[in-house]
Amino acid sequence: MYQYNDDDQTLINERVTQYRGQTERYLKGEIGEDEFRTLRLMNGLYVQTHAPMLRVAGPYGLLSSKQLRMLAHVARKYDKSYAHITTRQNIQFNWPDLKDVPDILEDLASVQMHAIQTSGNCLRNTTTDHLAGVATDELEDPRPYCEIIRQWTILHPEFAYLPRKFKIAVSGTEQDRAATQLHDIGVHIVKNEAGETGFRILVGGGLGRTPVIGKVIRPFLEKKHLLSYLEAIVRVYNLNGRRDNKYKARIKILVRESGIEKMTEWVEAEWQQIKDGMEVSDERFTEVQAHFTPPAYDKSANQDTSLDTNKAQSSAFATWLKYNTTEHKTPGYKAAFVSLKAPDSPPGDITDKQLDEIASLADQYSFGEIRTTHRQNMVLADIKQAELFELWQKLDVLSLATPNIGTATDMICCPGLDFCALANAGSIGIAKEINEALDDLDYLHDIGDLKINMSGCMNGCAHQSVGHIGILGVDKKGVEWYQLTLGGSSENEAALGERLGPAVAKDQVTKAVTQILDVYIAQRQDEEIFLDTVKRIGINPFQQAIY
Amino acid sequence: MKIIKDKQIIEDSWRHIADDEEMTNGDITVSLARWNKEKDVLANHQGNIGIRIAPAEDVAEISDDLKNISLVAVELPAFTDGRAFTHARLLRSRYGYQGEIRAIGNYMADQAFYLHRVGVNAFELENEAELSTALSTLNDFTVKYQSSTN
Repeated sequence: MYQYNDDDQTLINERVTQYRGQTERYLKGEIGEDEFRTLRLMNGLYVQTHAPMLRVAGPYGLLSSKQLRMLAHVARKYDKSYAHITTRQNIQFNWPDLKDVPDILEDLASVQMHAIQTSGNCLRNTTTDHLAGVATDELEDPRPYCEIIRQWTILHPEFAYLPRKFKIAVSGTEQDRAATQLHDIGVHIVKNEAGETGFRILVGGGLGRTPVIGKVIRPFLEKKHLLSYLEAIVRVYNLNGRRDNKYKARIKILVRESGIEKMTEWVEAEWQQIKDGMEVSDERFTEVQAHFTPPAYDKSANQDTSLDTNKAQSSAFATWLKYNTTEHKTPGYKAAFVSLKAPDSPPGDITDKQLDEIASLADQYSFGEIRTTHRQNMVLADIKQAELFELWQKLDVLSLATPNIGTATDMICCPGLDFCALANAGSIGIAKEINEALDDLDYLHDIGDLKINMSGCMNGCAHQSVGHIGILGVDKKGVEWYQLTLGGSSENEAALGERLGPAVAKDQVTKAVTQILDVYIAQRQDEEIFLDTVKRIGINPFQQAIY
Repeated sequence: MKIIKDKQIIEDSWRHIADDEEMTNGDITVSLARWNKEKDVLANHQGNIGIRIAPAEDVAEISDDLKNISLVAVELPAFTDGRAFTHARLLRSRYGYQGEIRAIGNYMADQAFYLHRVGVNAFELENEAELSTALSTLNDFTVKYQSSTN
């Protein structure tokens, strides 16, 4: 993975010093509330219902075991001994003290971590596929490009006060696991007819209040122009994006109001002016790519026969293997998911002890690296098949082996009313209820592939509009109600879910979900997954079952 | 009043003339609208001329005039409005402007570093007491990732 050089380290150290000074001046009353709000948000610090919330960057979801141990330390020392993984592959702490944040950042900086631009109306953490570098369908590893983009975004002096937040995702595979069509900019690695690597650039996708699927602004961009093209898009947005209404300030609204043709014209005109001065050299790509060379895989890993034996002997292991591991491009290896969706724990939450233990497992089995995923789990990406059984046993002891990846209980869920100042309704409680209703593993596995996404308010942090089943909490005269949508997807065939009907009461949500699943089971054909059944039969049969 | 110019706190000699205000001799800035309307009259002005650029205005409009003026003031009506950053950047890098670029309006001392990075070399703050803070923030970072103006 990318290792900081002296300049990288100096930069984050200086950022800690800067933020410490800002915090001290705020606490002395020298910086006003509004001003400090903007300054602290640029460093990932929100003020929530109970306490501040600190969001730490997980650059494109890649962490070392050393970093994981530091996160465990922060959770123990400054928080209530747990952390939360977000849909942007970041890590959140829900209970730090505002005055402690500079110390937390200093601790994080000692392991090359920071909270720079994890919030605020600026360029946010760049995200990618959690299987980057090991996926079988990958054209090229997206992480070097992510790192180049990361460096370009960090402390970008021109784009720190954009109309609204700005998110970039990169995908290097045919199957889009990074939801690139739902980002302000989506970058797809593609090859042209000559076999040269380049990028298809999408613009104006996004979730939140007005979910929109991104549009292609350039079908093929030469590799060397990556940064100039991004700079051109963001500059056009900075100058032309709406600033009169924060709900209409995202680039998706600019694209919608101006039209993609006009937007393309602006961006291309701007790009022509800057492209020659901002080329990324081949040497630069090579230099960054050198940080992401494959680890020393055991070439005889696929000679192992124990995997089949263990599978035959333990059905629980076989089930875990089926749901929580995935193919790896190297024979004899698999990528293993660490499920943060145990039935009794809020989705995406992880304790200090679990963080420490996962760090040890990463050291022992996966070259010391861990990834966080968009669906709020973790991945140990390089597990030798002979060691999967042992890994499973250890994860199981830690309650991290619930075999539910990609199933109904692998829900994306925001912190909701329990923590978030923006939320209108609770989400964690409902997740727990749904979990209890689907606690029969055979039933869960029979339902199969299903993405349930649940947000406690319109801001849609849990991406409910692209959930196969989306659940959105709304407030009606002080009472929590929930709107259901069906048929959303954030993958290749990106689609926004269709609203099922009027919102249902809190105590009816789980019942509605099980009714939806009953309709699916009754109507599915052969191996058809839930999403395909919804596409085929439409939402009517589901509506009839519920209303 | 005092401002920061080229990393020094100095006494300022400029006056910002409102659109409905009469011209005075000496160093003055006018809005882009007034500049466009009274360019010919202003050519005979006794003193230096500067132009104020509001966030929604396009700096390309004054690209041919830059050789005749010695100050461009980029306005931040609110500290959250980042268009001035792009204006400054374009003035320096696209239009090769060498004169003074001054940030004016309602912005934070803590924004001086980024403003300086995009080419602003003079800072006029609503609260003069914050000038020394703004000056010290110019040294917040010794390293950077992007090639920008500074």
